[in-house]
Amino acid sequence: MVALLDRPSYKIAVLLLSVAFLAVCMTASVMFGAKAYGLSTLQSAFSAFDGSDAHLIIRTSRVPRAAIAAVVGAALAVAGALMQALTRNPLASPSLFGVNAGAGLALVVAVALFGFPGLGQSVWIAFAGAALSAAAVYALGSGGRAGPAPVNMTLAGAAIAAFASSLTSGVLLGSDKALDQVLFWLVGSVAGRELAMLTAVLPYIAVGFVAAFALASPLNVLAMGEDVAVSLGQRTAAVKLVAAAAVVVLAGGAVAVAGPIGFIGIVIPHIARHLVGRDHHWLLPYCAVLGAILLVAADLGSRFLLMPSEVPVGVLTAIIGVPFFVLIARRGRYAE
Amino acid sequence: MTKLTASNLSLAYGRQLIIDNLDFAVPEGRITVLIGANGSGKSTLLRALARLMKPEAGAVLLDGKDIAHTSTKEVARKLAMLPQGPVAPEGITVLQLVKQGRYPYQSWLQQWSEADERAVRAALEATGMTPLAERPVDALSGGQRQRAWIAMTLAQGTATVLLDEPTTYLDLTHQIEILDLLYTLNEREGRTVVMVLHDMNLACRYAHHLVAVKDRGIYAQGAPGDIVNAELIRNVFELDAHIIPDPLYGTPLCIPASQARRAQERQAAVPVHA
Repeated sequence: MVALLDRPSYKIAVLLLSVAFLAVCMTASVMFGAKAYGLSTLQSAFSAFDGSDAHLIIRTSRVPRAAIAAVVGAALAVAGALMQALTRNPLASPSLFGVNAGAGLALVVAVALFGFPGLGQSVWIAFAGAALSAAAVYALGSGGRAGPAPVNMTLAGAAIAAFASSLTSGVLLGSDKALDQVLFWLVGSVAGRELAMLTAVLPYIAVGFVAAFALASPLNVLAMGEDVAVSLGQRTAAVKLVAAAAVVVLAGGAVAVAGPIGFIGIVIPHIARHLVGRDHHWLLPYCAVLGAILLVAADLGSRFLLMPSEVPVGVLTAIIGVPFFVLIARRGRYAE
Repeated sequence: MTKLTASNLSLAYGRQLIIDNLDFAVPEGRITVLIGANGSGKSTLLRALARLMKPEAGAVLLDGKDIAHTSTKEVARKLAMLPQGPVAPEGITVLQLVKQGRYPYQSWLQQWSEADERAVRAALEATGMTPLAERPVDALSGGQRQRAWIAMTLAQGTATVLLDEPTTYLDLTHQIEILDLLYTLNEREGRTVVMVLHDMNLACRYAHHLVAVKDRGIYAQGAPGDIVNAELIRNVFELDAHIIPDPLYGTPLCIPASQARRAQERQAAVPVHA
């Protein structure tokens, strides 16, 4: 497979176009929904706020929603790209490898035990859950004689994801606290979240992005295999540890805000690789922008699918993601 | 020049000891070939020399310093290793691959430099890959692909190059092509080459220094003409063979005995003086 965009000038041009398209999608996300607002209303909501319903909805509901969708989509896509590079496995992603489910379980357990945690705490609870499940998948998947073989990792990921989801259901059944709210959050949604939730996780997610982009060159080297990377003087254990930490922060942060939204982490890296190839200097920025576009657009679509009621965006990404997943699984390998 | 030695080196996979208390010095500026039966530990020894494997005991020394306690980037500027059957990421071009050979010279402060560019161009030129530089590695033939990888290790600009079975999966023509390339590099640039080869006859032809690995240590080492005889083949490979001089180069040529023809036919064709 040769990248669709094979010249740096094309890659820059399409990246800038994508950023512009993301801006268009976010604007549309603020304008359209159960009620539609014009651009002028949108503008006056910020320049001449009058406390009207329209202005309130725009400022406290629509704008946070668009911003959260963009950040969460970008974080999940970049986390997926990192995981695929780390494991050399095309099926690796935060949802399929149980990282999202682990973060979800940790939060549900915390809710069942202590009631709703504060924003700052829920972020750390999600991180802990994501880290635990990632470590469990790695330990299970690499424990056998074959080492961290793709098939073992995928099976371990599926097992941990299923295990965490079942435990989550069990905890929910046994607990009567705020079931509805937790359920809605568990499907994955960017609706009804406050901007404060985003600002609580944003610093961590930002660190995750910086770490990911700083890893572009080392990941390119690691993609040639562990032995080659060591021969070229890479401290592979350090690179993997930082990358894994970035995955935990990005995926855990995304789950803390929006719940476990699936398939973005697997669909977007594949599209991005098809567009720009395997150089992480290009791949990671493309994943961020395309992931943001996908979730903002899916969230917008989710408002119209069963109008007037809304479909959680996690359901929509699954509808988009499953056929894609089958396609990738059939096409095969990561490296060859 | 760099000096690569193993001192009291013991290597193990789990509890299984592969190399036991070995002392060995790689001859500088020469081609050294490790031979031995499957599972004899020759590849393991090579991996340990390249710090891809941690010693159970003892050390590998590079210019007198233990490589386990030297910054891995510093080692990578003196010592290059091409592992067996490396796989390039899909779609990566030859040029992109060879550029990765400059990784040990890059850092946050030191980005791509003139010296990097020169080293990459020289490596492509030396391996004859310049015309194929823009081609994706996965679209190349097996021999070309191996030359691309060798170009990457050359771009690393090290005095010593280690290669683990660089001719595996190649047909005879490409085996010779790769070995000729390594021979020329050694001749022209004086690089120290250490490699594992399976073909005994090619090993004898190309090695200045032959190392036969057996029973967790070195059974014999020296110039092929000095050490290779029927006894060595019997003890190292558990194979009866007849050694004659290679008609082209005079290096030892190993003719293995086998069940393929009946003994009488063989006797009739060539009188054997075992």
